[in-house]
This record gives sequence, structure tokens and C-alpha cells, in this order.
Amino acid sequence: MKSMRDCAKIWHEQAMNAVLDERSLGLRREAVRVLECAERGHVGASLSLVEILRVLYDHILRYDPKRPDWPGRDRCILSKGHGCVPLYVMLAEKGFFPAEELSRFCRHGGLLGGHPDATKVPGIEASTGSLGHGLSVGLGMAVSARMDNRDSRVFVILGDGECNEGSVWEACMSAGVKGQDNLSLVVDYNKYQSYDATCRVLDLEPLADKFVSFGWAVQEVNGHDVGALREVFSRVPLEPGRPSAFICHTVKGKGVACAENNLEWHHKSRISCEQAQDLYRALA
Amino acid sequence: MRKKCLNMVYELARENESICFIGSDLGFRTLEEFQRDMPGRFFMEGISEANVVGMAAGLALDGRVVYANTIATFFTRRALDQIVIDLCQHKVRVRLIGNGGGLVYAPLGSTHLAIEDIALMRCLPNMTVVCPCDEKEMERFMPQSVDWPGPIYIRLAKGFDPVVSREDLAFAIGRGIPFREGGDALIVTTGVTLQQALAAAQELEAEGLAAGILHLPTVKPLDVEMLLDLSARARIVVTVEEHTLMGGLGGAVAEAFADNGLPRRLVRLGIPDIFPDFYGTQLEVMGRLGIDARGIREAVIRNLD
Repeated sequence: MKSMRDCAKIWHEQAMNAVLDERSLGLRREAVRVLECAERGHVGASLSLVEILRVLYDHILRYDPKRPDWPGRDRCILSKGHGCVPLYVMLAEKGFFPAEELSRFCRHGGLLGGHPDATKVPGIEASTGSLGHGLSVGLGMAVSARMDNRDSRVFVILGDGECNEGSVWEACMSAGVKGQDNLSLVVDYNKYQSYDATCRVLDLEPLADKFVSFGWAVQEVNGHDVGALREVFSRVPLEPGRPSAFICHTVKGKGVACAENNLEWHHKSRISCEQAQDLYRALA
Repeated sequence: MRKKCLNMVYELARENESICFIGSDLGFRTLEEFQRDMPGRFFMEGISEANVVGMAAGLALDGRVVYANTIATFFTRRALDQIVIDLCQHKVRVRLIGNGGGLVYAPLGSTHLAIEDIALMRCLPNMTVVCPCDEKEMERFMPQSVDWPGPIYIRLAKGFDPVVSREDLAFAIGRGIPFREGGDALIVTTGVTLQQALAAAQELEAEGLAAGILHLPTVKPLDVEMLLDLSARARIVVTVEEHTLMGGLGGAVAEAFADNGLPRRLVRLGIPDIFPDFYGTQLEVMGRLGIDARGIREAVIRNLD
């Protein structure tokens, strides 16, 4: 059976070894609470994203929760919309909408669905869920900002499985040719997609080389190392005149040993009480 | 009509800085004046329809009005998912200008025929579907397209279509245009089937039959009120479209009749459930399928008996 290439394996081991601080554990506990309320959701894909979102919203993005449509804001699009739970947790914490909404995740009549809806949820810049859309939409926003001479930056977060989509590479080619350096792509490279490991379904490697050949500046980083993420994201653009691609090596299900690298936890349509308690215990 | 439409985009963009244009890989020198005069708002993105539509959505989510242009089917089929989510769900002001609506590309075969585009676009929430009949109607429509809320699918005909639209019959998005009165039959058209209907109505008149014509350049939102009003006064209603019989103009009219309980004989002329890959010219295929003046005339006579 095909296994991970050595370069990716080294990064993956680093991501596995990353120690989570109390804030990271707390955000995960809150995410688990939301998933437990709905008794469903994409567990693994949510837990790999936490540090990426935390660093972007704590340190990098410029936004005003009281004015979610402030034109000067930075835009962040979660193109892998199935990872919406930690994003909802983050947006609620920052005050975009009342935290009580989190308890009604996926409930009939609630604000927050299983994929982000920009027409409903303050702070969501684009509706996503069908993979491969976010980068083109983000490119349009980045182009628009440049036309106005606004210094708004656009960050688009993609899943690794999502990079199978041809539309991602259409947008990559266009952004590279344009030298769209106010656009950043963040790959949550957790090495697994729904069916199996990405290296066995449709291997992305050499991923960094692909982005480089499309005209992007590339930075690989341990996606659970808060300090490292903050350092690399604050260097946007990585190179003037090029869009920036951050390949964030993460672990699917990070923080919960039983869910880590475990495809059983990609999506759960029934999360039992016992399973939720196991998750909380792991995140205590 | 295509040239008129694109020229109008240029004219409108000169007056309105929020207007942008995105093409895929259009013909040599298409809109070169736009690129020359407003290069910052002109994009030729290459053969990447998903990216064209997504990027248009991003620009429009930032408050711009985007006119995007490529061959009709490459929007409606290739980039359908982007149209549904990026354009319709966000309800953004992106105007998809689809070249070669209907059977325009008859000689090129089924890959290029846009015969289900109206059905695909019509069933999408927030989408508006407009099929002008000639360049003058296009000229009246385009200024109204700028501020219209939500996305618009603009179905282009071949070009050099005879001008039959009339200045005195005002154009408004969502409004039907009654072209002729006549109580024996009401012929309902969209796009260039109006030209065929006018010819058919003249022939019928010579034979002593009075056929009215209701032109519906906007297939969605449909002017149901005018449709029902005029239909109630005719013995039969004949819809004519350069489109599959499923889900297009005839389907929309049938739905309106059913929903409003109008008991009227309805005859739908269009393309049956086939790939009409007969090649030849647009008019030859329309004739073969009975969606030309002769076919309309025969359908009226046959169904009045």
C-alpha cells in the first residue's frame, strides 16, 4: 500500500508531536460541545483546523465584529466548509453573533448549518461546502481590493482533499499569473480525506512544487504550532508580486488520540454521549 | 446581438466604475476598446469557466457589477455548481452573457447547443433569465440590467437577427410584451422565436385566423399576470421556444396555467427529448423541429380544428 512520502512524513510527525496549550484545548472542547449538541459533524476535519483559525483570528486578520461588512477588513474564506465548527466557535467568541447560537448547530431554524452560509452568518465571507469554490471567490475579492487600492488581504483555507478539484488549479493559475500578492491560500494538510489517506486516494505530492510552478510563494509550517503559524502568516506576502501558499501540516482529529488519523472520525452522523465524554476526557 | 450586448457593457462601464468584465477565451479583439480604456476592470481569464464564475462572485460580493461572457453551455453546464452557490445563493450582481443560445451553433453539434440552458437557469433561486429577440431589445434591456438585484442569465441569439422589437412597446425586466392581438390563438415567444411567430401570424391572418403574440423576453420572473390575461382571451395558446420542451418557456407557461387553474388548450413547440445534432443552419434545424413560422402556422391550424 502506498505510504506518505518522506518529506510529508517528517512534517506529519512534527504535527503529531505538537503540544496543545490550554487555549487550543479549550477551543476544541467548545467545538466538541457544538458537535455534541447536533450529535453530528465533521470531527476530524474540524480538529485539524483549530490552530490555523486561532492564529488568523487572534493575531492576523483585521476585522470588526460590530461592522462585519467594514470595507477595509481582511477576508477569510473557509473553502473547506465542512470544517465550519471551529470557525463558528471563533466567530462567536469574537462577538460576530451570540454564543447561544452554537448550541443550535444544525438544528431546524438555527443560524448555523453544517456548512457556512454567508447570507445568514455575520463574519462568513462566502458560502462554501461544495469543494473547490473558495479560491476563485477569494481571488475576485483580492482583485477587487486592489482595484480600490485597499490594503485588504484575503485568506482562503482549503482542505487537502479539496485540492483534488480542478477548479482549485484554475484559480491557482490565474492568481499566479496575476501576481496577486494580497491573496493567501492556507492548506489544512491533515493527510486524510474521506475515503483514505490523500497519498492513496490522489496523491498531492509534491504539493509545494506544484504551487511554486503555478507562480506562488510557498511556506510549509507545522499547522499546530501557534508560534510558527503566527510568524509565517505575519509575513504575508511571502514574496512581493506573488500570491502566498501556506502548506500547514496538521493532524486529522488533532488532540484526541482515538480520533487522530482515524477515518472513522471524518464525519459522524451520530455522536453518542459516551463518545462525546471520551472526547472531553482527551481534551481535559 | 452579441456585438450590441458587449458594446453596451463597454458603454455602461464608462459611466459606472463598479462595472467589470470577465471573458474566458473570447474571439480575437473582442471588446478591445474596453481593455484599452478600462484595463483595470477587464479580465480575460482563459478557458476556466469555474474560475470565471467564482471570481465574478468574489468581485460582486465586494459590491461590483460583473458582466461575464463565454459560450452559453460552458456557463450553464460546465460551471453550474459555481452559478448555483457563488452567484445565486449569494444573490450577487453577476450577468452571464451566454453566446449561442438555442440552436445557434447547429453546425458544431451537441457539445455547443444550448438547448437546456433556460431550464437549468430557471430553477435556480434568485436567478433572472432574459432572452432578447434582437439587438434593439438588447439595447433597451442592458441599462436595466445594471442595478437589477441578483444574477442574470442573458441568452444571446446568433446576431444579425431581423429587428422586430418596437420602441413603442416598452421593455422592462419581468414584463411581457404583447405584440399582436387576435382571439383565435395566442402565440407565446421568447428570444428569436418572436420573428418566427410574427411571420406565422401574418400567414394565418391571410387565411382568416387572428393570432395574437405575447413576447416574454424575461422567462424568469415570468409575467404570469399578463400571460393569464391574454391566454384567457384566446381559444388556444401556442408556446414557441428554441429549447427542450422540458422546463423552458412552455414548461413555465404550463406551470402558470396549472397553478392558476386556467383551462386552456396549450400547445408547446420546442425540441423533444433528443440531442438535435442534425448540423446545417440554425434555421434548418428549427424548421426540422417545427419551431419556425411554418411549424407554428401548422400547429395553430391543427389545434384549432
